[in-house]
Amino acid sequence: MLEAQHITHQINRKTLLDDVSLVVRPGELVAVVGANGAGKSTLLKTISRELTPTQGEVLIDKKPLNRFSSLELARRRAVLAQQNPLVFEFSVYELVMMGRYPHFEGHPRSEDLAIVDFALERTGIAHLAGRTVPTLSGGEQQRVHLAKILAQLMEIEEIDQAEAPIRQTKYLLLDEPTTGLDFYYQHSLLEVASELTKRGYGVVAILHDLNLVMQYADKVLLLKEGKALTFGKPASVLTTESIFNAFNLSVHIIHQPELDSPLIVHTRQTVPLPTQIS
Amino acid sequence: MQADLPNTLTVAPSKRSAPTGLPRAKGWWLNGLLIVLLVVVMIWSVGIGAVSIPIPDVLAILFNKMGWNIGVVEPQQETVLTVIRLPRILLGVLVGGVLGISGAAIQGLFRNPLADPGLIGISSGASVMAVLMIVLQLKIFQDLSSLSGLYALSLAAFAGAVCTTLLVYTLARKNGRTVVSTMLLVGIAINVLCESLRGLMMYLADEAQLRAISYWSLGSLGGASWEVLQVAAPFLLIPILLMPRLSKPMNAFALGESQAGHLGVDVSKLKRNVIILATLGVGVAVAVSGVIGFIGLVIPHLIRQISGANHRTVLPASALLGAIVLTLSDLVARTIVAPAELPIGIITGMIGAPTFLFMLVRGAGGRA
Repeated sequence: MLEAQHITHQINRKTLLDDVSLVVRPGELVAVVGANGAGKSTLLKTISRELTPTQGEVLIDKKPLNRFSSLELARRRAVLAQQNPLVFEFSVYELVMMGRYPHFEGHPRSEDLAIVDFALERTGIAHLAGRTVPTLSGGEQQRVHLAKILAQLMEIEEIDQAEAPIRQTKYLLLDEPTTGLDFYYQHSLLEVASELTKRGYGVVAILHDLNLVMQYADKVLLLKEGKALTFGKPASVLTTESIFNAFNLSVHIIHQPELDSPLIVHTRQTVPLPTQIS
Repeated sequence: MQADLPNTLTVAPSKRSAPTGLPRAKGWWLNGLLIVLLVVVMIWSVGIGAVSIPIPDVLAILFNKMGWNIGVVEPQQETVLTVIRLPRILLGVLVGGVLGISGAAIQGLFRNPLADPGLIGISSGASVMAVLMIVLQLKIFQDLSSLSGLYALSLAAFAGAVCTTLLVYTLARKNGRTVVSTMLLVGIAINVLCESLRGLMMYLADEAQLRAISYWSLGSLGGASWEVLQVAAPFLLIPILLMPRLSKPMNAFALGESQAGHLGVDVSKLKRNVIILATLGVGVAVAVSGVIGFIGLVIPHLIRQISGANHRTVLPASALLGAIVLTLSDLVARTIVAPAELPIGIITGMIGAPTFLFMLVRGAGGRA
């Protein structure tokens, strides 16, 4: 279980996060939702130990994050970052292999090679393996980084059999993972994430598309100006009122019997300008 | 293509294709080729000079020294080879190797293919210290031709390198983290300061001192001897042997500090190790041979063009190609205006600067 307890984060007296708590159980996909600047990325960076919170604590299986060695942590959680500023012309294969770095010393073992091949296949980039990463499109690069974090967390027995129990709880932290992906790969990515949750992985994803949240998330955390508005099941968190409160946008929520999840559409009412709100 | 995607996260082991193993083959080929090339260049250039020694004779002398008598050896040739040429070639190989590999490592650290060990003050710190010693004429340096004077001067240059690098490093640290862009800017400022200090010393210097200063500014392997080699070799070998062990974390570092951290790399430890090894290597290189520019910049860049960016290949290959290029440059430096000698920095600068400009024009400088 991954727990963020009462996280407060201040920089130069500006409060980016104010007493936010989050629980991710193994097998859950938790979406973090909110307007730009609501503190979503700060929360994710705190969970990944990139930032140390001013107050509060993050625990994985009851053990505080700062008690993990960096290598230990790298085997337990992988991060798909929003920006991937790669310098130097690494090949796709080499970059995905970096996901295996926490697992081997010296040269990659045969299982590392197999896992990398699998990750390339699963994300649909096997045919790009020999290309250099900067020559790819934005969406293709995003899939390369997805393949890298798959390679980082998966073990060989998980590839060999679907029912193989994972040895320890593992967490995937995704910061706007669907950015730059086409319609097909947006869903493909979240399918991969939900398959992993079925194996017992926990997933935290910052998402902007509320319909993707409705479709894939088990829980949603709605943030506004650094504070948690609500945390719970998507259908109960994402209501007309809460969405108006968090995004200042009027929406209809349509329940169609032939769809698995409700559909959120924007009603084209006049939206007050930001200056009028405050 | 999209229809071919497997829709589950499992592949039966029997269906798993053999690992592609793309990354290894190329690197081994390149490094193997460079090793052969280095040996050929060393044997070839050791025979060229005022006293010409044909390659069979070179081999005969070398094998004789190792205890296998395979031919008659001319004593004069033997003396020239073992006393003058061999230590100089070996010093060139080590200095070139350390400049090449340190350049590759520093570029990896700054995540910029245009970075250079000179950039963070290593070279200028070393040379300014040497120049200060020459001009201020401290007692120990008065007889610079003596061996102790040379050692003391080298030591001062090394100390200068360490001091400036530490200064740049500390100034660029904020809240326990090194901000790479700040480090570059601080490095530039320190370089300017060192340059003006050196200018001041040149203004104060007399004729003989000026010549000594130009030796330090332009570089030369003319000071090579077995004694110098004995002192310098271990310090030059340490970075060459240890840096390739950092290639995995340095690859991850190319993704940025936070992503390297996510992959379990201890980022501050990596930065510290790279800086210590580069200071040691380049500081000692400047101490024994003066400032030799552009090797650290151009060589790693060329290697990346050939082999790609993987540091597992780039680091050793940069050392090897650096050694080859410096050995050849020294060959030119000591033969082109014989019996006089050209400072080697002139040769490397003349090759390096156009290459550097070419890199800039082609946009190979990445973000720069």
